[in-house]
Amino acid sequence: MKKIVQKIGANWLFLIAVVLVYLILGLWNLQLALAGLEVFLGLLKKILPVLGIVFLLIFVSNLFLNPKTVAKYLGTGAGTRGWPIAVIAGILSAGPIYMWYPLLGELKKKGMRDALIATFLYSRAVKIPLLPMMVYYFGLKLVVILTILMILFSVLNGLLVERLTTQN
Amino acid sequence: MEPSRWKRAAKGLLNNIKMSIPILAGVLLLIGLVNTLVPKEFFSKIFTGNRALDPLIGALFGSVAAGTPLTSYLIGGELLKTGISLAAVLAFIVSWVTVGTIQLPAESLMLGKKFALLRNGISLIMAIIIAVLTVLATGILG
Repeated sequence: MKKIVQKIGANWLFLIAVVLVYLILGLWNLQLALAGLEVFLGLLKKILPVLGIVFLLIFVSNLFLNPKTVAKYLGTGAGTRGWPIAVIAGILSAGPIYMWYPLLGELKKKGMRDALIATFLYSRAVKIPLLPMMVYYFGLKLVVILTILMILFSVLNGLLVERLTTQN
Repeated sequence: MEPSRWKRAAKGLLNNIKMSIPILAGVLLLIGLVNTLVPKEFFSKIFTGNRALDPLIGALFGSVAAGTPLTSYLIGGELLKTGISLAAVLAFIVSWVTVGTIQLPAESLMLGKKFALLRNGISLIMAIIIAVLTVLATGILG
């Protein structure tokens, strides 16, 4: 099994597994499988521009960022300055969460702290363009409290994740 | 800037694309599947009316749901109208945007299994805590 994973690659095996699920679903109910594919195509169309930006950022990071620079601003030696960078970058990052995994994986290889990766991913919960919609449904006071709590908890999340990932 | 640096950067990008494209395609296909198999009305039927249990249910279902956060606000708004507690709805919304069960295989492959499991687990618990704290703070502030 391990040899198969190594040969084909876990990433391709994952895709093959999902395609198999679709094939089985299609045999059972073709309409459902086609509806799922339609959602897939709609999502793909929506995320392609963001994906383009992410791949451009990866290229730029490969070009200008070396492990030393990443460690300086986002590594263990970054001190407190890494936190606001991770929180603000998370809040400003557009598109779905999984679009950012490739870039974060690249930065992790270059020395970015697990804590700051987790903080970045958590602070993405604060969606500035969607705040008016939230206010409409839940009221301004609640949204302000919720937003402040999510920002504070993004840092706490980062600290906890790092603490536990480094434990044996 | 020397040409070898550009070449190295392009090679790194190409490797990243080769690694991430099948994973991203798999995640998108899974989201399509969940969105098709789980109708939005389903969410209003999962709550029990128990104020202690509902935030946990909200967080659990928010974590397996997929779609834009806007959808979670729409569902959350509708749930509130049907009498579901605010803490349950908030736990649902927060875990929707912070926990990604469907994306877990992708996160594990790109950022590490331990990291992905811990981050999502902690985020799930935090969704309940944030929901309860928000309700309490909103109540205290009148």
